[in-house]
Parts: sequence; C-alpha cells; structure tokens
Amino acid sequence: MISVSHLVKIFGDFTAVSDISFDVAQGEIFAFLGPNGAGKTTTIKMLTTLLRPTSGQIELDGLDPTVKQKQARQRFGIVFQDPSLDNEQTAWENMDLHGVLYHVPRKVRAQRTEELLKLFELWERKDAYVKTFSGGMKRRLEIARGFLHTPKILFLDEPTLGLDPQSRNQLWTHVKRLNETEKTTVFLTTHYMDEADRVAHRIAIMDHGKIVAQGTSAELKEQTQTDSLEAAFLALTGSSLRDEGADAKSGLRQMAQMFRR
Amino acid sequence: MGAIYILWLRELKRYVRSRVQIVVSLGQPCLYLLALGFGLGPVFQQAGHGSYLQFMAPGVVGMTVLFSSVFSGIAMLWDRQFGFLKETLVAPVSRMQIMIGRTLGGATVAIIQGTLILVICLIAGFRPHSWFAIPLAFLFVAMIAIVFAALGTAIGSVIKDMQGFQLVMNFLVMPIFFLSGALFPLANLPLAMSIITKLDPLAYGVDGLRGVLINTWHFSLAFDVALLAGIAVLFLSAGAYLFTRIEA
Repeated sequence: MISVSHLVKIFGDFTAVSDISFDVAQGEIFAFLGPNGAGKTTTIKMLTTLLRPTSGQIELDGLDPTVKQKQARQRFGIVFQDPSLDNEQTAWENMDLHGVLYHVPRKVRAQRTEELLKLFELWERKDAYVKTFSGGMKRRLEIARGFLHTPKILFLDEPTLGLDPQSRNQLWTHVKRLNETEKTTVFLTTHYMDEADRVAHRIAIMDHGKIVAQGTSAELKEQTQTDSLEAAFLALTGSSLRDEGADAKSGLRQMAQMFRR
Repeated sequence: MGAIYILWLRELKRYVRSRVQIVVSLGQPCLYLLALGFGLGPVFQQAGHGSYLQFMAPGVVGMTVLFSSVFSGIAMLWDRQFGFLKETLVAPVSRMQIMIGRTLGGATVAIIQGTLILVICLIAGFRPHSWFAIPLAFLFVAMIAIVFAALGTAIGSVIKDMQGFQLVMNFLVMPIFFLSGALFPLANLPLAMSIITKLDPLAYGVDGLRGVLINTWHFSLAFDVALLAGIAVLFLSAGAYLFTRIEA
C-alpha cells in the first residue's frame, strides 16, 4: 500500500531524511518511532504531498504522490501533529467542509459524519464550536474527519500528544476498530512506546534521518536483546537528548497561545 | 466548484459569527468620518471646496473595503497558525480553487462592510448626487474588494509571523490608504506626491466611488474601471501563483 525507496530530503545543508526505504502492506498498522528531529514528520510530509522529496521514490496505492497529487490525496487521510480544525465552526461543519473538499457525495457525507461522530462519542456535541472542545475531543474529531472520505491509508502524526491515558486508550481502540472494519492502512508516529507496542503490527525506528531498525515489536526486542520496546528503542537510538530548532511557526504558536489567555 | 463554495461560505460564516469584530471594524471608519468629516469640515468649506463630509464619505467607504479585504487575506496567517490551512492544502482539490474560494469570501465580506459604512455615511448626512448612482458605486466597491482581497491572499501566502503582519500594515496598507486621495483631493499636488498617488490602486477605486456618488472626477469612469480590472487580474494571478507555492 505504501512503498518507499531511497527517499531523501535535504534542507539547505541539513539532511533531514537520508536514504530510507520501507514497505507497508494493505491493512497493516505501521509505527514510526524516533527521537525528536529524527525526520518522522518530514517523512510524513513527503508521503502526503506537502513536501517534495529531494530524491527517491514513493508509491501510495500504486500512485506516485509527487506526480498524481490529487489522486493520491483522495486516497489518504491525515491527522497532523498540530491541530488543523477550524475552531470557529462546529464539529458538524468541520466534517461537512472536509467531505466537500474530498468530493464525498452529500448523502454519504451526512451518513458517514453521523456514524463517525457517534463512534468517536462526539454526536451530542456536533453543533458546538470546536473552540469549546477539550484537547481529547479535538483529537477525536480530527481522526473521525480523517476517516470521513474512507481513505485507504490514514496517516497519524503523534495523534496522542498531550492526551490523558483515558483519551489515548479510547482513541487507539477506535483506530484499531476502523482498521479492522474498513481495512484502512494506518501509518503512525508516536513517542509512546506502549502505544506502538500495543497497536502497531510493525515498527520502524528512525534516528538522524535513517531507519536504524524495523520489524515487529518482538523482533526488535530480540534484535537488541532487551525485554521491552522502550529498552530496545534506547538501545538503538542512544540516550542523549535531542533539541529541535524552533522555527517562526512555533514562535507564532506561542504568541497565539498568549493571546488566547 | 464545491470547494470554492464551501470556502467562500466559511469566510462569510466567520464574519457573521464574530459580532464584536464587526463593531470593532466599523468603529475606525466611523471615527474618521466623524472626527475628520466634522472636524475638518469648516476648513474645507473656507477653502471653497464645499462639504468635506460629502467629499470624504466615498473615501471612507473605500478605506473600509480596503482594510476589510486585505485583512481577510492576511487572516490566512491565523489559519496557518491554527493549522486549518494545512487541512485545505492536502485536500484533493486544486490550490487555485482554494485560493479563489478564500479570496471571493474575503471580498464578499469587504463588500458587506463597505455597504454598512455607506449606510452609516447616509445617516451621518452624506447625500449622493443621484440615488441611481448607488448600483454603480457597488461596482467600484466590488472591484476594490477583489483587488485587495487578492493582494491580501498574495501577502498572506508569503508572510509567516506577526512581525511580517505589522510590516505589511505600516508600510503597505496604511500608505495605500493615505495616498489614495481618500482624505484629500488629488488636484494640485506636488509632483512627487502626484506620481506616488498615481501608483496607488486604491486612488482609482476612490476616484471611481467619488465620481459616481458625488460626480467629482479626477480621472474618468472608463479609465478607473479599466485600470482596476487590470490590477485585479494582476493581483489575482500573483495571489494564485504565491498560494500554489505554499509548502506546509
């Protein structure tokens, strides 16, 4: 379903992603783990047409997303690391807007919106503005929205960041269920090892722009001769801290948060 | 088409729902209208140009449309900030449609704002030389709105933070307003000033509004319309080009 070979992304003189290759089968849940700045988000951005690769091949459902952008976009859904909802509209309106943008016919749109909002336990709040939602509710809405156009692949970039254990648990339950009922391929990144361990069929560990290991959780533990995924992760990536550079956007984000207080 | 409509509708919904914003954005033009209109009125009268309120009302309408439309484009900064922009950028519709939907939405909001200010001007004592001029005035309001909503989109595609926004406000939007002849006649200006005002797209919009509403032309109807249409095409193309180049 996803096939990546020798993918490279260079920003100026910084190599964010350096020659990675991997395959994800249909219906699989594939997790990308890695310290901050390892290149996970850059990879997702290239897979989802938001960034052009410097070199290398990508195939999504047999399509090259750098060439057939629109067709590729129709086939995947994405939940970004940062929220991407319209706060000034209601949950229903956010779903509806997404449905229109993804060419979902009106009837199907209404029906699926209802199903998904009920599944993600947001139906009672469908007419409330998103700005009144808690972090967990917003996340759930984003994931529900990602499923609206029945994508073949769903990308989840750190979807549980900042959520409480209850919300995280519930969120993965829903994602797993939809993965099973709709056969959606799921590609996720996370910092929580227990999540990857529990949800993902296969895991790739990324560091400094390279994939340092991939396989099932059991395989990774065996390879590093450790008894937990976290220990395996630390064995593979070392224990030094990574500092991500702050860009203009994160500065702006801070500012907006100050304004909202 | 669906994408254009839903994004246009979104801009409209946002406008209608932010009542405080509506009042705030009408406050500034009202202040200009009252403080300058009545404050400078006697001086203007003594200079032999007639009523200043009559003269500046079309300028204030132009100003309202200018600010409102540029802001709507720059509001993209907030969509970038709160992430919604990305949702539209990965959607399987062409960037062109997204840009057109947003720009038309912003222009529509600006037209509504301009209309509200025109009504306020009428209440404050402004009288057009003929009521039949009103529909033609709307043509100019719409053209100003489209020109500057497109400019706003172009700018919004490029700037990424609040400093950029301040820069644009102080060094582009305010000069466009002050140098447009919204507040003073363009006749008998020093040469340098006269050249600068001729480079200001809003000058033709304000001239058109003023010409239509109180029958005082500096340029001419056909010239203003043709020039604004040309600038609209230019800015829309620039906006479309810059918007399609956004990388998230």
